[in-house]
Amino acid sequence: MEKFHALIIGGGGTGGALAHDLALRGLQVTLVERGEVTSGTTGRHHGLLHAGGRYAVKDKESAIECIEENLILKKTMPGSFEHNDGLFVALSDENVEYSHLFIESCEECGIPTKRLTREEALRLEPNLSPETKMAVQIPDASMDAMRLALRWFATAKHNGAQIKTYTEVISILKQGNTVTGARVTDHTSGQEYEIGADIVINAAGPWSGQIADMVGVEVPIKPSPGVMLAVRGRLCNMVINRLAPSGDGDIIVPQRGLSVVGTTSWVVEDPDNLGLPKDHVQKMYDEGGKLIPLVKEAPFRAAWAAARPLIGPRKAEADTGRELSRTFKCFDHIDEGVEGFVTITGGKATTARGMAEATADVVCQKLGIDASCRTREEICLPHTAYYD
Amino acid sequence: MMAEQQVQFKVLRYKQGQASPTFQTFNLTVNEDTTVLVALQDIRRDQDPTLILRHSCHHASCGTCGMKINGQEQLSCVVKALDLGTQTVMVEPLDNLPLISDLVVDMNGFYDRYTTPEMMYLRESEFLTEADLPEGIEKWLRFENCVECGCCVSACPIAGSDAEYLGPAALAAAWRVVAEPRESNPQEALEWVDNEHGCWRCHAAFECSEVCPSDVDPAGAIMSLRGELTRRKFRRLFGRR
Repeated sequence: MEKFHALIIGGGGTGGALAHDLALRGLQVTLVERGEVTSGTTGRHHGLLHAGGRYAVKDKESAIECIEENLILKKTMPGSFEHNDGLFVALSDENVEYSHLFIESCEECGIPTKRLTREEALRLEPNLSPETKMAVQIPDASMDAMRLALRWFATAKHNGAQIKTYTEVISILKQGNTVTGARVTDHTSGQEYEIGADIVINAAGPWSGQIADMVGVEVPIKPSPGVMLAVRGRLCNMVINRLAPSGDGDIIVPQRGLSVVGTTSWVVEDPDNLGLPKDHVQKMYDEGGKLIPLVKEAPFRAAWAAARPLIGPRKAEADTGRELSRTFKCFDHIDEGVEGFVTITGGKATTARGMAEATADVVCQKLGIDASCRTREEICLPHTAYYD
Repeated sequence: MMAEQQVQFKVLRYKQGQASPTFQTFNLTVNEDTTVLVALQDIRRDQDPTLILRHSCHHASCGTCGMKINGQEQLSCVVKALDLGTQTVMVEPLDNLPLISDLVVDMNGFYDRYTTPEMMYLRESEFLTEADLPEGIEKWLRFENCVECGCCVSACPIAGSDAEYLGPAALAAAWRVVAEPRESNPQEALEWVDNEHGCWRCHAAFECSEVCPSDVDPAGAIMSLRGELTRRKFRRLFGRR
């Protein structure tokens, strides 16, 4: 039987997880990415495997997605996470008051919590602020943003998927109202060529609006960058969060010999032009320093910005992006009269596999393929297997 | 107030099918925060969309953006263009790894070296060891320091002349297995490096440790492997009589 051919645009975590999922369901898969894999948003993220605590109070849908995916990823990607868990730390009476709602909300979402006294918290994390009043432990973890996704790419390749990096989409091929493939440039040689496909999936994250423009459909995407700061030295073992509604500079993720403080949130039009506002970097020192005072003295290593692909009206007036949900959405553009074209966007690194599963379900349903998802159980190859 | 300044970036360009790489110069206004990586991305966005390079994390944790900047192997995400203090910044791909195009090198050969021994990726944390372990965590584990960037291989004078040489990154990984075996067998790692293309091939130029952006000290690791092998040989000869 002839295999259906799926063309995925975008080599971030979502595209990688989708290539892995569709390859396991028996499709022929080609993925194109204009740069190196994970060179957009995925590689630049905080390195935090969420347990969902951050969203439990205000965005339960995202919180539940996070804890489900957290457990699936720890099972299918053994060795890709630091063994460290996370602490939500109260620094004020207001934070202590919030802890009740926080723990209650976590319980409603199925996120395990453990309430710690000030003394217990300081024994786990001696560098925490002396202002620490209490803390809540949840199963967050540090991850390696690129190498986690590489395991999806590696496993997809092993199962026959073609991963074409430095291959940029220059136009979308259409027959009438049906998308039939893409015209691409291979930047390693300058050659242009066409890739035909039974279905094309737009997984370009914050760039998905630009791909949708090529097709002539609407994707309500809002590139919403955040600034992160890496300082030298591992100032904590666990992922440290402020026990308060999400704000700027309220997470510190230890990663290798670094501590990464994040983040901020604003909204841009062009995901290739984020800039790096100086006051945002300063805020990381100021706010991060409230949780762990040593942040303020630690030697600088890097500061950078990454664009989240949040779902929201694309050209709406500027806001911070904080109010937008971190959940994801799969758009079948048949609603706009276009066949053969699907967009997956929104979401976050922690939920990339779940995003891929939902998208693969839509793809299979459209193509009339009866195959169920296997990525909840399939153990992924190590990241080194990508380079074969 | 941002101090803006114009800098010339002299970038080695190459596309497959071309006879040989050639330098191309781009002028770009940068400020004191602009890293070489961001400068190259700006050039790609505004001046030449065909320029390609590897990058991912932007904070020296993924290791993809290793390149030669003014002749020295570095991660371009943590090198600020104005800190170099040169009017012209020369950017070239890493040496001793096959060139694919522009600043992109083929990492397959680099990773082939990690098949034996299995690359160990999680290490026991040496930081804050006095801290209590949280409930549910058996022992602190964190990622290894090596970010697999290839800077050490590029800087190594032997890697350029002996294609079979295991090279500093792989030898450093082997030493990590000996120093902290975790679930693997240090004896296998020692046997793997104990030959003329292994740890004995190194000429102790120490360039690898000089350029390592992640404090791995491959040269120190190679010397430690030699020491360990020598100790074991002596022990075999005299120790068990």
